[in-house]
Amino acid sequence: MKSEPEMNRISRRNRTTDRFMTGIFYAVAGFILLLLLAFVGYTLYNGFAGFTPDMLSFTAEGVGNQLFNTVYLVILALLISVPAGILAGIYLSEYAQDTKMTRFIRICVETLSSLPSIVIGLFGYLVFILMTHARWNLLAGALAVSILCLPLITITTVDAFRALPAEYKEGSLALGATHWESIVHMLLPACIPRIMTGVILAAGRGFGEAAALLYTAGMSTDLNWSNWNLTSPTCPLNPMRPGETLALQIWASRTESIAANSTQIANLCSAILILMVLGFSILARALSRHLDKKATGTAQ
Amino acid sequence: MKGKNRFRREYAGRAVVTAFGIFMIAVTFAIGIFLAYKGLGTFTTYKHSLMEFLFSAHWNPADDFQGGGAVGAAIFIVGSLSTCGLALLIVVPFSLASAIFLTEISPRFGAHFFQPAIEIFVGIPSVVYGWVGTSVLVPAIRKAFHLQVGYGVLAASLVLAVMIYPSITTVAADAIRSVPQGYREASYGMGSTRWQTIRRIVLPNAKSGILTGIILGLARAFGEALAVAMVIGQMKAFPRNIFSPTSNLTATIAADMGGAAEGGEYNTALWTIALLLFFISLLFIFLIHLVSGKVEHSNEK
Amino acid sequence: MNLQTKIAVRPDGSQTPVHQDLPFQQDQEAKIQTAYGKLSGKEKIKIGMQNLDLYYGDFQALKGINMEIPENRVTAFIGPSGCGKSTCLKTLNRMNDLVENCRITGKVTIDGEDIYAPRTDVTLLRKRAGMVFQKANPFPMSIYDNVTYGPKIHGVKNKAKLDEIVETSLQAAALWDEVKDRLKKSALSLSGGQQQRLCIARTLAVKPDILLMDEPTSALDPISTLKIEDLMGDLRKEYTVIIVTHNMQQAARIADNTAFFLLGQLVEYTNTTDMFNNPADERTERYITGRFG
Repeated sequence: MKSEPEMNRISRRNRTTDRFMTGIFYAVAGFILLLLLAFVGYTLYNGFAGFTPDMLSFTAEGVGNQLFNTVYLVILALLISVPAGILAGIYLSEYAQDTKMTRFIRICVETLSSLPSIVIGLFGYLVFILMTHARWNLLAGALAVSILCLPLITITTVDAFRALPAEYKEGSLALGATHWESIVHMLLPACIPRIMTGVILAAGRGFGEAAALLYTAGMSTDLNWSNWNLTSPTCPLNPMRPGETLALQIWASRTESIAANSTQIANLCSAILILMVLGFSILARALSRHLDKKATGTAQ
Repeated sequence: MKGKNRFRREYAGRAVVTAFGIFMIAVTFAIGIFLAYKGLGTFTTYKHSLMEFLFSAHWNPADDFQGGGAVGAAIFIVGSLSTCGLALLIVVPFSLASAIFLTEISPRFGAHFFQPAIEIFVGIPSVVYGWVGTSVLVPAIRKAFHLQVGYGVLAASLVLAVMIYPSITTVAADAIRSVPQGYREASYGMGSTRWQTIRRIVLPNAKSGILTGIILGLARAFGEALAVAMVIGQMKAFPRNIFSPTSNLTATIAADMGGAAEGGEYNTALWTIALLLFFISLLFIFLIHLVSGKVEHSNEK
Repeated sequence: MNLQTKIAVRPDGSQTPVHQDLPFQQDQEAKIQTAYGKLSGKEKIKIGMQNLDLYYGDFQALKGINMEIPENRVTAFIGPSGCGKSTCLKTLNRMNDLVENCRITGKVTIDGEDIYAPRTDVTLLRKRAGMVFQKANPFPMSIYDNVTYGPKIHGVKNKAKLDEIVETSLQAAALWDEVKDRLKKSALSLSGGQQQRLCIARTLAVKPDILLMDEPTSALDPISTLKIEDLMGDLRKEYTVIIVTHNMQQAARIADNTAFFLLGQLVEYTNTTDMFNNPADERTERYITGRFG
């Protein structure tokens, strides 16, 4: 077919191209890692460079209240979305036959998960604020965020149930358990670790969410830490009060720079959020590593 | 009776989970219906045409209940399209190269260092991207290109590119991983180099999965509001070049919704934009089903 | 007894001991004597393995393999699962390079060249030693594109030349008559047996001298298997064929020489007739009579 020198020449050219492309792939990977390192490093450094303890205080000058609001809002959102998502996931994976209806629910879940969060925020604003004639409040924000988390948890639940070996269910049914008993006593407990990973991801999304909260949770916070009357608008635990979160604080610093140190505050909020992301990522990885170990039987 | 109770629980359990399954439909429909109920007011109450909304560049809705303003959202549509398009152009080569690195070049290093890094990228909240965009990227663009302002299409596209990079990379890597190992063996067995195998066998066979990833990334970019709003410049004018400030669909809602009187023409027009975003989401879902449906179809043949 | 009867000098200059009562002849039907037995073969040894050890991490998959494979003969590797026969096959075109943690010591030569020498061009090696896999793995593209894939990556661009390669390769794989009217159809539309023959044609298209076949018929029905076995009889005229098979009848039907592997060791290697009628090693006998494996 071809003379030997010709073949060697072509082969050499092929291998040169191969080495060149391999170099490019390493370069891109290196660039991405550097970018991430620079991004995280810059944000953390900037956030904590001009740090003073009173910036974390639970007053109008600090972001303590925002931090509390963020955590409280995410907990509320998870309280709503986790049970709903798991139940819907159980329906989809265990009870739904492959009918038009099931496919339709799947498409709905996909649509929900792909909706822009600002659109969900507007829906929340309309239904939980305008239609209830309420002021901005934390509960409305939590409801909006729970709509964001709902598809995530549903999909994780479905995946977790699918990943179970068929023998689990068959074994349980063969012992005379009903389908529901098998789910509650056997399948769901086996799925919990995997679902937990999904919940952690959902929580991470909730912590950083801002657009959905813009018109639901509101952009102000005024807490009185000695007021424990749940109906009072300044009581920290009252979910019917406005509650600005860390992410919203960053957005606010950009648009309405009221306080002189708003830039510094936004840097700090960014750094705290990044720390949370790192923490959650480590947590999720530890959990999934634990899962893998368990699955392969190497756990002690 | 014990047995009876067990079956009662079975039916009750089944009823509860079915209810939550239906609840998913209800939520989706509620969102669609409420958006339509508010958003269609532009066309019914304020008598604007769909053509005006989509293709006119004249955006000046009246902030009252008389109406009579102009609701041409073309600037925002173009703003969204241009920033997302440019973001894709920037990010797709990086995502593809990263996905190939993860799966074909260095799976071991990829799994231990690269994958976790990408997961951290996913988790970083969009406002943080927006904030770093405003405080670092925008001044940098201004200095690098000697501009008066750094806000604009380029800044928005770069922020979006970084944001959607992990989504596209993850889906593309999954698609590449699912290319049967036998194809690679056959290709190497005939004396292909790794790059020849990647380019001629792996990438063509992962095409639809990669495309799905790109559409998912595009959907995320289209829906992102605050990060873009922080760096796009929020100017109600068509971008003349990649440095011009402009605005987009989501940034307009984020910036103007709070100030517009509830039920007025301005407010209603913003709801119409939200309705448009809802339809765009549906379109993306439809596209993804089209792309992945095609694969199943061709596999059956 | 002079030296000539004891030591045969091969064309590449290496020497091999020869059994005393069967002097080495430059004859088509000659038997080459190895440490294991008499091989059916021409004068030329195509492939040599010397003290070949192969490790996957800590696990030693091949232990001190020494063998010589004659040109233009079908050589079968048999043995129970996990005995190292496929691994041994894959060392011949360095497909083992793709496996992480795989380490090799010893020497493998093709036409006297050490293929594990640092300067070896692996792509040209694999072009020279083509491989057919256990599961037919045609690319999901047209029949034509499958066959031209190899020539294209090795730089053939001329359309007429490619057309010619497609025809000769498909003919050599006894598939031409069945597919000549639908070359542009997807390769996945072919039956399993046709797909495997397409894979053979695809391998032949890069003009190898060695064909490595890793259980090529284990996933096929008896009729398709028969066709591929017939094909192998023709292929040996032009190629050195090595086939890994778990099917002893198949080895007996098609192979000139047979090598029996057990637990990573080459137990017995001789011409097929001797192997099946008159095995020298007790373990070989137990395996071919079906008492284990």
